[in-house]
Amino acid sequence: MNSKYMFSLVAVIILFLLAYIGIETAGLYTLFGIWIPYAAVFIFAVGVVYRVVDWAQSPVPFRIPTTCGQQKSLPWIRHASIDNPAENNNVVLRMFLEVVFFRSLFRNMRFDFNKGNKFSYEWEKWLWVGAIAFHWTLFVVVVRHLRFFTEPVPLCIQWLETLDSFLRVEFMTDFLQIGLPGVFMSGLVLLAALIYLLLRRMFIPQVNYISFSADFFPLFLIMGIALSGLFMRYLAKVDIVAIKAFTMGLVTFHPVIPEGVGSVFYVHLFFVSILLAYFPFSKLMHAGGVFLSPTRNMANNSRAERHVNPWNYPVKVHTYEEYEDEFREKMIEAGLPVEKELTNGG
Amino acid sequence: MANNKMYDKGKIVAGLVIFAVMITFPFWFNLGKAAPAPELKLTEKAKAAKECVLEKAEMKAGHMQLLDIWREKVVREGSREYVNTKGKTYQMSLSKTCLDCHSNKAEFCDRCHDYASVNPYCWDCHIDNPKEKK
Repeated sequence: MNSKYMFSLVAVIILFLLAYIGIETAGLYTLFGIWIPYAAVFIFAVGVVYRVVDWAQSPVPFRIPTTCGQQKSLPWIRHASIDNPAENNNVVLRMFLEVVFFRSLFRNMRFDFNKGNKFSYEWEKWLWVGAIAFHWTLFVVVVRHLRFFTEPVPLCIQWLETLDSFLRVEFMTDFLQIGLPGVFMSGLVLLAALIYLLLRRMFIPQVNYISFSADFFPLFLIMGIALSGLFMRYLAKVDIVAIKAFTMGLVTFHPVIPEGVGSVFYVHLFFVSILLAYFPFSKLMHAGGVFLSPTRNMANNSRAERHVNPWNYPVKVHTYEEYEDEFREKMIEAGLPVEKELTNGG
Repeated sequence: MANNKMYDKGKIVAGLVIFAVMITFPFWFNLGKAAPAPELKLTEKAKAAKECVLEKAEMKAGHMQLLDIWREKVVREGSREYVNTKGKTYQMSLSKTCLDCHSNKAEFCDRCHDYASVNPYCWDCHIDNPKEKK
Protein backbone atom coordinates (compact mmCIF):
# COMPACT_ATOMS: atom_id res chain seq x y z
CA MET A 1 0.00 0.00 0.00
CA ASN A 2 1.20 3.39 -0.90
CA SER A 3 -0.62 6.50 0.20
CA LYS A 4 0.38 8.40 -2.95
CA TYR A 5 -1.45 6.19 -5.39
CA MET A 6 -4.20 5.26 -2.98
CA PHE A 7 -5.02 8.95 -2.65
CA SER A 8 -5.38 9.30 -6.42
CA LEU A 9 -7.30 6.06 -6.77
CA VAL A 10 -9.73 7.07 -4.04
CA ALA A 11 -10.12 10.49 -5.69
CA VAL A 12 -11.08 8.87 -9.00
CA ILE A 13 -13.47 6.47 -7.24
CA ILE A 14 -15.13 9.41 -5.49
CA LEU A 15 -15.49 11.20 -8.83
CA PHE A 16 -17.05 8.06 -10.27
CA LEU A 17 -19.53 7.83 -7.40
CA LEU A 18 -20.34 11.53 -7.69
CA ALA A 19 -21.39 11.15 -11.31
CA TYR A 20 -23.01 7.75 -10.86
CA ILE A 21 -25.08 8.68 -7.81
CA GLY A 22 -25.75 12.15 -9.21
CA ILE A 23 -27.41 10.56 -12.21
CA GLU A 24 -28.87 7.39 -10.72
CA THR A 25 -30.49 8.78 -7.60
CA ALA A 26 -30.51 12.57 -7.95
CA GLY A 27 -31.17 12.69 -11.70
CA LEU A 28 -28.89 15.69 -12.25
CA TYR A 29 -28.84 15.25 -16.03
CA THR A 30 -28.54 18.93 -16.88
CA LEU A 31 -25.69 19.44 -14.43
CA PHE A 32 -23.58 16.47 -15.54
CA GLY A 33 -24.64 16.55 -19.18
CA ILE A 34 -24.54 20.25 -19.98
CA TRP A 35 -23.17 22.60 -17.31
CA ILE A 36 -20.12 20.65 -16.23
CA PRO A 37 -18.92 19.84 -19.79
CA TYR A 38 -19.29 23.47 -20.91
CA ALA A 39 -17.55 24.74 -17.77
CA ALA A 40 -14.75 22.20 -18.24
CA VAL A 41 -14.09 23.21 -21.84
CA PHE A 42 -14.06 26.85 -20.78
CA ILE A 43 -11.61 26.24 -17.92
CA PHE A 44 -9.42 24.17 -20.24
CA ALA A 45 -9.24 26.84 -22.96
CA VAL A 46 -8.75 29.83 -20.68
CA GLY A 47 -6.43 27.93 -18.33
CA VAL A 48 -4.09 26.77 -21.06
CA VAL A 49 -3.88 30.26 -22.58
CA TYR A 50 -3.24 31.74 -19.12
CA ARG A 51 -0.44 29.29 -18.37
CA VAL A 52 1.27 29.81 -21.73
CA VAL A 53 1.04 33.60 -21.49
CA ASP A 54 2.42 33.37 -17.97
CA TRP A 55 5.37 31.29 -19.16
CA ALA A 56 5.97 33.66 -22.05
CA GLN A 57 6.67 36.42 -19.53
CA SER A 58 9.74 34.63 -18.21
CA PRO A 59 12.76 35.84 -20.13
CA VAL A 60 15.30 33.30 -21.31
CA PRO A 61 18.42 35.44 -21.40
CA PHE A 62 20.93 32.84 -22.49
CA ARG A 63 21.14 30.16 -25.12
CA ILE A 64 20.79 26.96 -23.14
CA PRO A 65 19.94 24.22 -25.65
CA THR A 66 20.91 20.71 -24.70
CA THR A 67 23.42 19.61 -27.26
CA CYS A 68 23.81 15.99 -28.20
CA GLY A 69 26.21 16.25 -31.12
CA GLN A 70 28.94 18.23 -32.83
CA GLN A 71 28.39 21.96 -32.83
CA LYS A 72 28.55 23.83 -36.11
CA SER A 73 32.22 24.59 -36.54
CA LEU A 74 34.80 24.53 -39.29
CA PRO A 75 33.47 23.44 -42.67
CA TRP A 76 35.39 20.14 -42.65
CA ILE A 77 34.00 19.06 -39.27
CA ARG A 78 30.69 17.31 -39.69
CA HIS A 79 27.92 19.23 -37.98
CA ALA A 80 25.14 17.34 -36.13
CA SER A 81 22.45 19.66 -37.42
CA ILE A 82 19.49 18.10 -35.57
CA ASP A 83 21.22 17.32 -32.28
CA ASN A 84 23.05 20.62 -32.14
CA PRO A 85 20.98 22.96 -34.31
CA ALA A 86 22.58 26.18 -35.45
CA GLU A 87 19.66 27.52 -37.44
CA ASN A 88 15.96 27.89 -36.85
CA ASN A 89 14.83 25.36 -39.45
CA ASN A 90 16.96 22.73 -37.73
CA VAL A 91 15.39 23.71 -34.43
CA VAL A 92 11.96 23.20 -35.96
CA LEU A 93 12.95 19.77 -37.22
CA ARG A 94 14.40 18.85 -33.84
CA MET A 95 11.26 20.07 -32.09
CA PHE A 96 9.02 18.14 -34.47
CA LEU A 97 10.89 14.89 -33.85
CA GLU A 98 10.78 15.57 -30.12
CA VAL A 99 7.04 16.28 -29.99
CA VAL A 100 5.95 13.55 -32.39
CA PHE A 101 8.44 10.76 -31.72
CA PHE A 102 9.89 11.60 -28.26
CA ARG A 103 13.40 11.52 -29.66
CA SER A 104 15.12 12.45 -26.42
CA LEU A 105 13.26 9.75 -24.51
CA PHE A 106 14.44 7.26 -27.10
CA ARG A 107 17.94 7.84 -25.76
CA ASN A 108 16.81 6.71 -22.33
CA MET A 109 19.27 4.27 -20.77
CA ARG A 110 19.60 2.35 -17.58
CA PHE A 111 22.73 2.45 -15.46
CA ASP A 112 23.68 -0.85 -14.02
CA PHE A 113 26.52 -2.91 -12.70
CA ASN A 114 27.07 -5.31 -15.48
CA LYS A 115 29.11 -8.47 -14.86
CA GLY A 116 30.07 -7.82 -11.26
CA ASN A 117 31.32 -4.35 -10.56
CA LYS A 118 31.56 -2.97 -14.06
CA PHE A 119 29.38 0.11 -14.40
CA SER A 120 27.53 0.22 -17.69
CA TYR A 121 24.71 1.82 -19.63
CA GLU A 122 22.03 -0.62 -20.63
CA TRP A 123 19.43 -0.67 -23.37
CA GLU A 124 16.09 0.57 -22.04
CA LYS A 125 13.35 1.34 -24.52
CA TRP A 126 10.28 0.22 -22.54
CA LEU A 127 9.49 3.67 -21.21
CA TRP A 128 9.69 5.09 -24.72
CA VAL A 129 7.48 2.30 -26.07
CA GLY A 130 4.92 2.81 -23.31
CA ALA A 131 4.96 6.58 -23.68
CA ILE A 132 4.63 6.59 -27.45
CA ALA A 133 1.89 3.92 -27.34
CA PHE A 134 -0.02 5.93 -24.76
CA HIS A 135 0.27 9.34 -26.41
CA TRP A 136 -0.41 8.18 -29.94
CA THR A 137 -3.41 6.04 -29.02
CA LEU A 138 -4.80 8.85 -26.88
CA PHE A 139 -4.44 11.14 -29.89
CA VAL A 140 -6.17 8.61 -32.16
CA VAL A 141 -8.96 8.08 -29.64
CA VAL A 142 -9.54 11.83 -29.32
CA VAL A 143 -9.56 12.33 -33.09
CA ARG A 144 -11.87 9.34 -33.54
CA HIS A 145 -14.32 10.92 -31.11
CA LEU A 146 -14.76 13.79 -33.54
CA ARG A 147 -17.31 11.56 -35.27
CA PHE A 148 -19.63 12.57 -32.44
CA PHE A 149 -18.87 16.25 -32.92
CA THR A 150 -19.08 16.66 -36.69
CA GLU A 151 -21.91 16.23 -39.15
CA PRO A 152 -21.21 15.14 -41.83
CA VAL A 153 -18.23 13.23 -40.49
CA PRO A 154 -15.11 14.32 -42.43
CA LEU A 155 -13.58 11.67 -44.63
CA CYS A 156 -10.24 11.71 -42.83
CA ILE A 157 -11.93 10.69 -39.58
CA GLN A 158 -13.66 7.82 -41.37
CA TRP A 159 -10.29 6.74 -42.77
CA LEU A 160 -8.80 6.81 -39.31
CA GLU A 161 -11.63 4.60 -38.07
CA THR A 162 -11.07 2.14 -40.90
CA LEU A 163 -7.36 2.04 -40.12
CA ASP A 164 -8.02 1.66 -36.40
CA SER A 165 -10.41 -1.26 -36.89
CA PHE A 166 -8.07 -2.93 -39.37
CA LEU A 167 -7.50 -5.93 -37.08
CA ARG A 168 -10.84 -7.64 -36.92
CA VAL A 169 -10.90 -8.97 -33.38
CA GLU A 170 -13.85 -11.30 -32.87
CA PHE A 171 -14.63 -13.35 -29.83
CA MET A 172 -17.78 -15.20 -28.86
CA THR A 173 -18.81 -17.20 -25.83
CA ASP A 174 -22.19 -17.70 -24.19
CA PHE A 175 -21.76 -14.65 -22.00
CA LEU A 176 -19.47 -12.42 -24.05
CA GLN A 177 -19.72 -11.23 -27.62
CA ILE A 178 -16.97 -9.08 -29.11
CA GLY A 179 -16.65 -8.21 -32.78
CA LEU A 180 -19.68 -6.10 -33.59
CA PRO A 181 -19.33 -3.17 -33.18
CA GLY A 182 -15.86 -3.55 -34.65
CA VAL A 183 -12.93 -3.48 -32.26
CA PHE A 184 -10.74 -0.37 -32.38
CA MET A 185 -7.13 -1.17 -31.56
CA SER A 186 -6.39 2.28 -30.15
CA GLY A 187 -8.70 1.91 -27.14
CA LEU A 188 -7.18 -1.39 -26.09
CA VAL A 189 -3.59 -0.27 -26.64
CA LEU A 190 -4.36 2.89 -24.68
CA LEU A 191 -5.53 0.88 -21.69
CA ALA A 192 -2.57 -1.50 -21.93
CA ALA A 193 -0.10 1.38 -22.10
CA LEU A 194 -1.76 3.06 -19.12
CA ILE A 195 -1.49 -0.13 -17.09
CA TYR A 196 2.19 -0.45 -18.01
CA LEU A 197 2.91 3.17 -17.08
CA LEU A 198 1.05 2.72 -13.80
CA LEU A 199 2.78 -0.54 -12.85
CA ARG A 200 6.12 1.07 -13.69
CA ARG A 201 5.44 3.86 -11.22
CA MET A 202 4.27 1.36 -8.60
CA PHE A 203 6.90 -1.32 -8.81
CA ILE A 204 10.20 0.20 -9.94
CA PRO A 205 11.52 1.52 -6.60
CA GLN A 206 13.39 4.53 -8.00
CA VAL A 207 10.40 5.59 -10.09
CA ASN A 208 8.00 4.98 -7.23
CA TYR A 209 10.14 7.22 -5.02
CA ILE A 210 9.75 10.19 -7.40
CA SER A 211 6.03 9.59 -8.11
CA PHE A 212 3.40 11.64 -6.39
CA SER A 213 -0.38 11.75 -6.34
CA ALA A 214 -0.21 14.26 -9.19
CA ASP A 215 1.47 11.55 -11.29
CA PHE A 216 -0.99 8.81 -10.41
CA PHE A 217 -4.18 10.84 -10.64
CA PRO A 218 -4.13 11.44 -14.43
CA LEU A 219 -3.25 7.77 -14.98
CA PHE A 220 -6.21 6.57 -12.94
CA LEU A 221 -8.48 9.21 -14.43
CA ILE A 222 -7.62 8.36 -18.04
CA MET A 223 -7.96 4.69 -17.13
CA GLY A 224 -11.44 5.46 -15.87
CA ILE A 225 -12.21 7.20 -19.15
CA ALA A 226 -10.87 4.28 -21.18
CA LEU A 227 -12.66 1.66 -19.10
CA SER A 228 -16.01 3.44 -19.19
CA GLY A 229 -15.61 3.98 -22.94
CA LEU A 230 -14.70 0.37 -23.66
CA PHE A 231 -17.53 -0.79 -21.42
CA MET A 232 -20.08 1.30 -23.33
CA ARG A 233 -18.84 0.23 -26.74
CA TYR A 234 -18.20 -3.47 -26.28
CA LEU A 235 -20.32 -4.60 -23.34
CA ALA A 236 -23.24 -2.32 -22.56
CA LYS A 237 -23.82 -1.21 -26.18
CA VAL A 238 -25.22 2.23 -25.63
CA ASP A 239 -27.52 3.97 -28.08
CA ILE A 240 -24.88 5.68 -30.17
CA VAL A 241 -27.32 7.74 -32.26
CA ALA A 242 -28.91 9.25 -29.15
CA ILE A 243 -25.44 10.13 -27.86
CA LYS A 244 -24.43 11.76 -31.12
CA ALA A 245 -27.66 13.78 -31.12
CA PHE A 246 -26.68 14.94 -27.62
CA THR A 247 -23.04 15.81 -28.45
CA MET A 248 -24.13 17.61 -31.62
CA GLY A 249 -26.53 19.57 -29.44
CA LEU A 250 -23.62 20.57 -27.22
CA VAL A 251 -21.42 21.84 -30.07
CA THR A 252 -24.26 23.69 -31.78
CA PHE A 253 -25.29 25.28 -28.45
CA HIS A 254 -28.72 23.65 -28.42
CA PRO A 255 -28.05 20.94 -25.84
CA VAL A 256 -30.78 18.39 -25.30
CA ILE A 257 -30.49 15.58 -22.78
CA PRO A 258 -30.79 12.21 -24.55
CA GLU A 259 -33.28 9.62 -23.46
CA GLY A 260 -32.39 6.12 -22.47
CA VAL A 261 -28.64 6.66 -22.13
CA GLY A 262 -27.25 4.96 -19.04
CA SER A 263 -25.30 6.46 -16.14
CA VAL A 264 -22.01 5.06 -17.46
CA PHE A 265 -22.15 7.58 -20.27
CA TYR A 266 -22.41 10.40 -17.74
CA VAL A 267 -19.52 8.91 -15.77
CA HIS A 268 -17.46 8.89 -18.99
CA LEU A 269 -18.45 12.47 -19.74
CA PHE A 270 -17.76 13.58 -16.18
CA PHE A 271 -14.30 11.98 -16.20
CA VAL A 272 -13.47 13.74 -19.47
CA SER A 273 -14.74 17.04 -18.05
CA ILE A 274 -12.58 16.58 -14.96
CA LEU A 275 -9.56 15.79 -17.14
CA LEU A 276 -10.11 18.95 -19.21
CA ALA A 277 -10.64 21.16 -16.18
CA TYR A 278 -7.65 19.62 -14.37
CA PHE A 279 -5.36 19.92 -17.39
CA PRO A 280 -4.19 23.56 -17.08
CA PHE A 281 -3.32 23.17 -13.40
CA SER A 282 -1.38 19.96 -13.70
CA LYS A 283 1.68 18.29 -15.13
CA LEU A 284 -0.41 17.57 -18.21
CA MET A 285 0.53 21.08 -19.30
CA HIS A 286 3.73 19.51 -20.62
CA ALA A 287 1.70 19.34 -23.83
CA GLY A 288 2.10 23.10 -24.14
CA GLY A 289 5.31 23.34 -22.17
CA VAL A 290 7.29 21.14 -24.52
CA PHE A 291 7.13 23.90 -27.12
CA LEU A 292 8.50 26.38 -24.61
CA SER A 293 11.43 24.28 -23.38
CA PRO A 294 14.49 26.54 -23.74
CA THR A 295 16.73 23.50 -23.84
CA ARG A 296 14.91 22.30 -26.95
CA ASN A 297 13.59 25.32 -28.79
CA MET A 298 16.78 27.35 -29.13
CA ALA A 299 19.46 27.28 -31.75
CA ASN A 300 22.95 26.81 -30.40
CA ASN A 301 24.40 29.86 -32.13
CA SER A 302 25.82 31.89 -29.28
CA ARG A 303 29.28 31.84 -30.91
CA ALA A 304 27.90 33.16 -34.17
CA GLU A 305 25.45 35.73 -32.89
CA ARG A 306 25.46 38.19 -30.02
CA HIS A 307 22.50 37.72 -27.67
CA VAL A 308 21.88 40.54 -25.26
CA ASN A 309 20.42 39.79 -21.88
CA PRO A 310 17.00 41.47 -21.94
CA TRP A 311 17.32 42.84 -18.41
CA ASN A 312 20.76 44.35 -18.85
CA TYR A 313 20.69 47.87 -17.50
CA PRO A 314 22.87 50.54 -19.19
CA VAL A 315 26.36 50.21 -17.73
CA LYS A 316 28.44 53.37 -17.29
CA VAL A 317 31.65 52.75 -19.19
CA HIS A 318 34.88 54.68 -19.47
CA THR A 319 36.67 53.51 -22.59
CA TYR A 320 40.44 53.52 -23.07
CA GLU A 321 40.18 56.33 -25.62
CA GLU A 322 38.37 58.51 -23.10
CA TYR A 323 40.92 57.56 -20.43
CA GLU A 324 43.80 58.51 -22.66
CA ASP A 325 42.13 61.80 -23.59
CA GLU A 326 41.83 62.58 -19.91
CA PHE A 327 45.37 61.67 -18.85
CA ARG A 328 47.40 62.08 -22.09
CA GLU A 329 49.66 64.87 -20.83
CA LYS A 330 50.42 63.14 -17.56
CA MET A 331 51.09 59.89 -19.39
CA ILE A 332 53.55 61.52 -21.72
CA GLU A 333 55.24 63.25 -18.78
CA ALA A 334 55.63 59.93 -17.05
CA GLY A 335 57.01 58.37 -20.22
CA LEU A 336 54.06 56.03 -20.79
CA PRO A 337 53.25 55.05 -24.41
CA VAL A 338 50.13 56.70 -25.83
CA GLU A 339 48.14 55.86 -28.93
CA LYS A 340 47.59 59.44 -29.96
CA GLU A 341 50.41 61.96 -29.57
CA LEU A 342 49.69 65.49 -28.40
CA THR A 343 48.84 67.70 -31.32
CA ASN A 344 49.61 71.45 -31.64
CA GLY A 345 51.78 71.38 -28.50
CA GLY A 346 48.80 71.94 -26.27
CA MET B 1 1.99 37.46 -14.45
CA ALA B 2 4.76 39.43 -12.94
CA ASN B 3 5.96 42.08 -15.31
CA ASN B 4 3.45 41.74 -18.16
CA LYS B 5 6.11 41.73 -20.84
CA MET B 6 5.80 38.84 -23.22
CA TYR B 7 8.91 37.52 -24.92
CA ASP B 8 8.70 36.07 -28.45
CA LYS B 9 5.23 37.49 -28.62
CA GLY B 10 4.69 36.67 -32.29
CA LYS B 11 5.47 32.99 -31.85
CA ILE B 12 3.47 32.67 -28.63
CA VAL B 13 0.40 34.31 -30.14
CA ALA B 14 0.70 32.19 -33.29
CA GLY B 15 0.87 29.05 -31.17
CA LEU B 16 -2.12 30.08 -29.08
CA VAL B 17 -4.13 30.89 -32.20
CA ILE B 18 -3.40 27.40 -33.57
CA PHE B 19 -4.44 25.95 -30.20
CA ALA B 20 -7.68 27.96 -30.18
CA VAL B 21 -8.56 26.97 -33.75
CA MET B 22 -7.90 23.30 -32.95
CA ILE B 23 -9.93 23.04 -29.77
CA THR B 24 -12.87 25.00 -31.16
CA PHE B 25 -12.94 22.84 -34.32
CA PRO B 26 -16.28 21.12 -33.45
CA PHE B 27 -17.87 24.50 -32.77
CA TRP B 28 -16.90 26.26 -36.00
CA PHE B 29 -17.18 23.15 -38.16
CA ASN B 30 -20.87 22.83 -37.26
CA LEU B 31 -21.59 26.53 -37.10
CA GLY B 32 -25.18 27.29 -37.98
CA LYS B 33 -26.00 23.65 -38.58
CA ALA B 34 -28.46 21.61 -36.61
CA ALA B 35 -27.81 17.90 -36.63
CA PRO B 36 -30.52 16.05 -34.76
CA ALA B 37 -30.77 12.28 -34.86
CA PRO B 38 -31.96 11.11 -38.28
CA GLU B 39 -35.60 10.19 -38.83
CA LEU B 40 -36.06 6.60 -39.89
CA LYS B 41 -38.61 5.52 -42.42
CA LEU B 42 -40.48 2.32 -41.78
CA THR B 43 -41.81 0.33 -44.70
CA GLU B 44 -45.51 -0.58 -44.76
CA LYS B 45 -44.58 -4.12 -43.90
CA ALA B 46 -42.58 -3.05 -40.88
CA LYS B 47 -45.41 -0.79 -39.72
CA ALA B 48 -47.90 -3.63 -40.08
CA ALA B 49 -45.68 -6.02 -38.07
CA LYS B 50 -45.61 -3.44 -35.21
CA GLU B 51 -42.85 -5.19 -33.32
CA CYS B 52 -39.33 -6.25 -34.13
CA VAL B 53 -37.45 -9.33 -32.94
CA LEU B 54 -36.62 -7.54 -29.69
CA GLU B 55 -37.86 -4.38 -28.00
CA LYS B 56 -37.25 -1.20 -29.98
CA ALA B 57 -34.72 0.25 -27.51
CA GLU B 58 -32.83 -3.03 -27.41
CA MET B 59 -32.77 -3.28 -31.20
CA LYS B 60 -31.64 0.31 -31.54
CA ALA B 61 -28.58 -0.11 -29.35
CA GLY B 62 -27.83 -3.80 -29.68
CA HIS B 63 -28.92 -5.05 -33.11
CA MET B 64 -25.30 -5.65 -34.12
CA GLN B 65 -24.82 -7.96 -31.17
CA LEU B 66 -27.92 -9.94 -32.11
CA LEU B 67 -26.75 -10.23 -35.71
CA ASP B 68 -23.32 -11.38 -34.60
CA ILE B 69 -24.86 -14.05 -32.39
CA TRP B 70 -27.18 -15.10 -35.22
CA ARG B 71 -24.26 -15.47 -37.57
CA GLU B 72 -22.40 -17.58 -35.02
CA LYS B 73 -25.44 -19.82 -34.51
CA VAL B 74 -26.13 -20.26 -38.20
CA VAL B 75 -22.60 -20.58 -39.54
CA ARG B 76 -20.93 -22.49 -36.69
CA GLU B 77 -23.81 -24.38 -35.12
CA GLY B 78 -26.19 -24.79 -38.03
CA SER B 79 -29.24 -23.76 -36.04
CA ARG B 80 -31.48 -21.35 -37.89
CA GLU B 81 -34.42 -20.74 -35.56
CA TYR B 82 -34.54 -17.93 -33.04
CA VAL B 83 -37.19 -17.72 -30.36
CA ASN B 84 -37.55 -14.29 -28.81
CA THR B 85 -38.66 -13.44 -25.27
CA LYS B 86 -42.29 -13.41 -26.35
CA GLY B 87 -42.01 -16.94 -27.68
CA LYS B 88 -42.22 -15.97 -31.33
CA THR B 89 -39.99 -17.85 -33.75
CA TYR B 90 -37.88 -16.14 -36.41
CA GLN B 91 -35.48 -17.42 -38.99
CA MET B 92 -31.99 -16.18 -38.16
CA SER B 93 -31.20 -14.36 -41.38
CA LEU B 94 -30.25 -10.79 -42.17
CA SER B 95 -31.54 -11.00 -45.74
CA LYS B 96 -34.64 -13.06 -45.14
CA THR B 97 -35.80 -11.71 -41.79
CA CYS B 98 -34.38 -8.23 -41.11
CA LEU B 99 -34.30 -6.95 -44.66
CA ASP B 100 -37.64 -8.52 -45.39
CA CYS B 101 -39.41 -5.88 -43.34
CA HIS B 102 -36.70 -3.23 -43.49
CA SER B 103 -36.23 -3.45 -47.23
CA ASN B 104 -35.43 0.25 -47.44
CA LYS B 105 -31.74 0.10 -46.50
CA ALA B 106 -31.01 3.67 -47.62
CA GLU B 107 -33.77 5.15 -45.48
CA PHE B 108 -33.46 2.78 -42.55
CA CYS B 109 -30.04 1.20 -41.97
CA ASP B 110 -27.87 3.80 -43.68
CA ARG B 111 -29.33 6.88 -42.02
CA CYS B 112 -28.10 6.01 -38.54
CA HIS B 113 -24.96 4.28 -39.76
CA ASP B 114 -23.96 7.39 -41.72
CA TYR B 115 -24.88 9.64 -38.83
CA ALA B 116 -22.72 7.68 -36.39
CA SER B 117 -20.01 7.09 -39.02
CA VAL B 118 -20.38 3.33 -38.81
CA ASN B 119 -19.39 1.26 -41.79
CA PRO B 120 -20.50 -2.29 -41.04
CA TYR B 121 -19.02 -5.09 -43.09
CA CYS B 122 -22.44 -6.78 -43.28
CA TRP B 123 -22.94 -5.03 -46.59
CA ASP B 124 -19.76 -6.48 -48.04
CA CYS B 125 -21.90 -9.53 -48.85
CA HIS B 126 -25.50 -8.57 -48.21
CA ILE B 127 -25.49 -5.39 -50.25
CA ASP B 128 -26.88 -7.17 -53.29
CA ASN B 129 -30.07 -8.05 -51.53
CA PRO B 130 -32.59 -8.25 -54.37
CA LYS B 131 -35.40 -7.16 -52.10
CA GLU B 132 -33.95 -3.72 -51.60
CA LYS B 133 -36.15 -1.00 -52.95
CA LYS B 134 -34.69 2.43 -53.49
